[in-house]
Amino acid sequence: MSIDYWIEKSLILYRSIIFEIMSDLTKEEISRYSRQLLLPEIGKEGQVKLKSASVLIVGCGGLGCPCAVHLAASGIGKIGLVDHDKVELSNLHRQFLHTESRVGTSKANSIKESLNQLNSDVDYVVYDTKFNKTNAVDIIKEYDVIVDATDNAPTRYLINDASVVSGKPLVSGAALRFEGQLTIYHYNKETPCYRCLFPKPPVPGTVTNCSDGGVLGVIPGIIGSLQALEVIKIITGLEPSYAGKMLLFDGLAGSFRTVTIRGRSKDCAVCGDSPSIGHQLVDYEAFCGTPMCEENKSLKILAPEERLTCSEYKESVVDKDVPHLLIDVRPAVQASVFKLNHAYNIPLSKITNNDGMNNLKEMIEDKKVNKVYFICRRGNASQKACRFTKENLTDIDNIEFKDIIGGMTSWAKEIDTETPIF
Amino acid sequence: MSNHLNIIVEFKGGMELLFDNVTKKELSLPVNSGEDGSAPVEWTIKDLINHLKEKHLKERPELFVNDDSIRPGVLILVNDVDWEILGENEYKLADGDKVLFISTLHGG
Ligand SMILES: [Zn+2]
Repeated sequence: MSIDYWIEKSLILYRSIIFEIMSDLTKEEISRYSRQLLLPEIGKEGQVKLKSASVLIVGCGGLGCPCAVHLAASGIGKIGLVDHDKVELSNLHRQFLHTESRVGTSKANSIKESLNQLNSDVDYVVYDTKFNKTNAVDIIKEYDVIVDATDNAPTRYLINDASVVSGKPLVSGAALRFEGQLTIYHYNKETPCYRCLFPKPPVPGTVTNCSDGGVLGVIPGIIGSLQALEVIKIITGLEPSYAGKMLLFDGLAGSFRTVTIRGRSKDCAVCGDSPSIGHQLVDYEAFCGTPMCEENKSLKILAPEERLTCSEYKESVVDKDVPHLLIDVRPAVQASVFKLNHAYNIPLSKITNNDGMNNLKEMIEDKKVNKVYFICRRGNASQKACRFTKENLTDIDNIEFKDIIGGMTSWAKEIDTETPIF
Repeated sequence: MSNHLNIIVEFKGGMELLFDNVTKKELSLPVNSGEDGSAPVEWTIKDLINHLKEKHLKERPELFVNDDSIRPGVLILVNDVDWEILGENEYKLADGDKVLFISTLHGG
């Protein structure tokens, strides 16, 4: 027997002892997880798999909270939490791992704080950073399963591509208003990725997010919980239910509907037979024509001279009682929550059809004004309304049409702090 | 032989907002029985999309069609199956088909 033989032999023995320790559960773990350990489908083996697994949750919001809470409670070994946003008061109705006292602090850190109280045995890794094409693959490759709990199209393409090039299954959820959707991308060679299903990005301006469209808190609660369930099934070797299928949940109708989606496309730019996207990834904001975070989303439709700041409007129009019309173009439901007293609500969707134009024309003639200003929530819809009116209301002359920069949000910040921001 | 093709059309994921908030429509589409010698009319998904755009759409057509096809980000499911599997625009509708137009959601 050579010395090498014995070194090798003892190494094998050493590794098996380490494995035995690592792969076994402590007395505390056995009682902590006993109720799920008792399930024959999970058993001790399944619990050990959960303990040795790592899951990355991208997005610490409405989907991320319920997903993370179930994964942490179930005893996943390592959970990565990615989010660069700060907690806002308007998050708390659905993002229940954050707290009132942590408004203004990092979302990823805030989730970790809460999860630590629930299960301190889990290794939490906080990424309080912008998830982008330079760091996505490096972060994703450290994890076994990826959860897409984000809220915008460019980030969804980014996570998809990074998961595909790193060979990781992607459990993807989405929620808006009363509806939710869930599917698992890139689970095996047959299942599609996000790009297979949506090779073309949405046209900018056609995507509604929760801050514009609203969402009932319990909807992402349900979808995020189901994402956690699918993650647990994947890790423990049970078949996921939504690979190659998509769950369509309608909370108003109370219906769960599962539909069959297409298979992997061999022409797909990232998971196809000859992909054009590799580890270098691409520019996702350019691809979608829209930025990844909300604060940058200001359109430039009008020229500067066609616009007024809130203080210009306040000082040179309102304070001087200059006759004018203020048209609030937000959806009726937003205007009904709060609007300026002297504003008239004509939603953008009405402005852009004949009824709205006729309505506006009558108001201008009725009030005999020659100044019409448009206001909305953040100053994008008001530009669209202003541009559309200028181009379509051509049979009355000498009217000054302008929009108010930054909308009601800026009004609340700059002019009247009693104005609710929502 | 019936002179109509009866199908159900559903709108979800925000598509209903373009159709006056209607989530379900029963449509009876005219087909030609062929009795007068002319060829029967077949309805493809493409025809249905045009029909919905012309006759039922209430606002913002650009959120429904784009470059003569369905807007990117909208999935069409016929009897709960992705239309891509069935031949997309060219799929020929059959009596009793349930066609769902659903916009993919991005919120979280
Ligand atoms: Zn693909």
